[in-house]
Amino acid sequence: MIEAIRECLGQEMEADSRVVVIGEDVGVLGGVFRATDGLQARFGKDRVVDMPLAEGVIVGSGIGLAISGLRPVIELQFLGFGHQAFHQIGQQVARLRYRSQGRHSLPLVIRSPFGGGVRTPELHSDAFEAFYTHTPGLKVVAPATAFDAKGLLAAAMESDDPVLYLEPLKGYRLTKDEVPDERYTVPLGKLRVARAGTDVTLIAWSAAVNVAERAAEELSEQGISVEVLDLRSLNPLDIDGISESVTKTGRVAILHEAPLTGGFGGELVATIQQECFYSLEAPIIRITSPDTPYPLGGVEDLYIPDVDRVVAEVATLAKASA
Amino acid sequence: MSESRFLPDFEPIAPFSRLTESGILDSGESPMSDEAVLEALRYMVLTRVFDDKATSMQRQGRFGTFSSVRGQEASVVGAASALDPTKDWIVPQYREFPALIRHGYPIENFALYFMGNPKGGTIPPNVNMLPMQISLAAQIPQATGLAWGLKMQGGDGVAITFFGDGASSEGDFHESLNLAGIVKAPVIFFLQNNGWAISTPRENQTAARSFAERAIGYGVEGVIVDGNDLLAVHEVTSQAVAKARAGGGPTLIESVTYRIGAHNTADDPTRYVDQQEFEKWQQKDPVERIKNYLRSRGIWNENLEQEMLDSCAAQVDAAMDIARNTSLATSDALFDHVYAEPPQRMQNQKSHWANRNGGVS
Repeated sequence: MIEAIRECLGQEMEADSRVVVIGEDVGVLGGVFRATDGLQARFGKDRVVDMPLAEGVIVGSGIGLAISGLRPVIELQFLGFGHQAFHQIGQQVARLRYRSQGRHSLPLVIRSPFGGGVRTPELHSDAFEAFYTHTPGLKVVAPATAFDAKGLLAAAMESDDPVLYLEPLKGYRLTKDEVPDERYTVPLGKLRVARAGTDVTLIAWSAAVNVAERAAEELSEQGISVEVLDLRSLNPLDIDGISESVTKTGRVAILHEAPLTGGFGGELVATIQQECFYSLEAPIIRITSPDTPYPLGGVEDLYIPDVDRVVAEVATLAKASA
Repeated sequence: MSESRFLPDFEPIAPFSRLTESGILDSGESPMSDEAVLEALRYMVLTRVFDDKATSMQRQGRFGTFSSVRGQEASVVGAASALDPTKDWIVPQYREFPALIRHGYPIENFALYFMGNPKGGTIPPNVNMLPMQISLAAQIPQATGLAWGLKMQGGDGVAITFFGDGASSEGDFHESLNLAGIVKAPVIFFLQNNGWAISTPRENQTAARSFAERAIGYGVEGVIVDGNDLLAVHEVTSQAVAKARAGGGPTLIESVTYRIGAHNTADDPTRYVDQQEFEKWQQKDPVERIKNYLRSRGIWNENLEQEMLDSCAAQVDAAMDIARNTSLATSDALFDHVYAEPPQRMQNQKSHWANRNGGVS
């Protein structure tokens, strides 16, 4: 997946001289995960800039760059550090177009790895997407495959709205699938049916999609047919795509890495019960992390929902009735 | 015993000024032509007329909470008069009415904004400014990036950002000076030290003797100017602008002035302002000071004063009429301009709200 992101950045920078990449360690090092590897050598130090270690001004100056006529791609090294830029993202990036009554669109993308499972040090691994989906004016996407990583990034960079583009820490190198060489886009706001099924709809995004798919495979051996939806985009949300699946299966499980309370799963439950109430055959379940801080790496496997938990919970759901 | 490892102390620098408190120019050349001074004075008078009108309307419930410029007119106008509105950008806080108007922002939009009408936020296409900033200091990184971006694209425009002594305690101020120094962004950090952050005195913001000297730590030039001296403010800002245009990078200007009045119309400064200090600063009225200068040049009299006052009043009245007659927006105003490409869900909400059954999506 990391290669897909890098390839996309290179192609977009080649095609549009207004694209600049700023962030911590994005230059010579090529980013701590190498997402920008080689870009500074190709496009120069003015277009791939190693920024001082200050997330607030990285995002805040990105706003200014966008207004000056450039199309910045900002790398936040980890979403866990996004809190130090939260005022700029939540209050400034998301609202500037509205506050200026359309005068200043912000064609900027904030790329950031998030989520756990790779034994990072403390405070690197939280899945904070719900803070940002609760921020009107900001679009939020979270690809799970290399194909989508490239196509959604191209779409995000093409968009005149600011987009938070979340990359699965765990999927960076783990996720391998076919990616076309040429440029293409995957539209914002369209989910992907990762696996078709008839008994239960299992909704996930980012790294959790892989867990969902593996759980679905095991469940099929128990005779339970699971449809896995990869949301790809949290805002805009593909409500029609979700409804179509839920209407068919009548049973829904939502899987995410973030803690239960206030997580994006709650938003999905509310939406589904409103859109598909009469199709539901059982209460919707959420399979999430507990309402505790993200732990140190040694115990993170106890924290993030794993395949076994998903299998057990979905198997129970498949038998449950309203 | 080695020498002290501590950095050397240095004498605090007195604010740069050109006019005495009674408006007499020093022995040098004026940095502004008489015409330019008259134009600047008109913006200062216009500001005072607007502030009085808006305050009285606020008391009658016809205007929202807003912050007057009173006492800081020379500071704001002196800075703005160094800019070329065709290529320079203003990244404001909220106490810079005359700078925005000079740059082309309509007075009626300013009024509409404080009346709570979203249409007030409209910035005409060729007016190079960002919306007013309420979240203090958040505009400073944006100005830095904007200036940097102009430079990257080969232009010679600069950005000036306004903020106060209070906002300079925010991390955004420090992060921005640091970045601007590194990338030599053509940005002017215009810090209006008006003595107060609502009720918190300047002494509670920093132990540094001046705000300007903080620039040193970021490899940026700092300067202190008498903010009630129009000529001095114009001169140092012009120098900072010229330096930025020529690729010399950022400047931090500390403009030492005083807020004559409340933080805003909801504030009660009698609870915290020392009356003697207040009266001392009232004597240093920047508008009177520049009028005295013009008198000393023999180009100011009561007739001119009355003419200027009348023409400013007519301009403000006309703008207030437009603002008052602008319909309060429909519910569409909650949704318009949030996104370039709005999500379907928000579009649905927009229709629901328009049909007055908001709440269902």
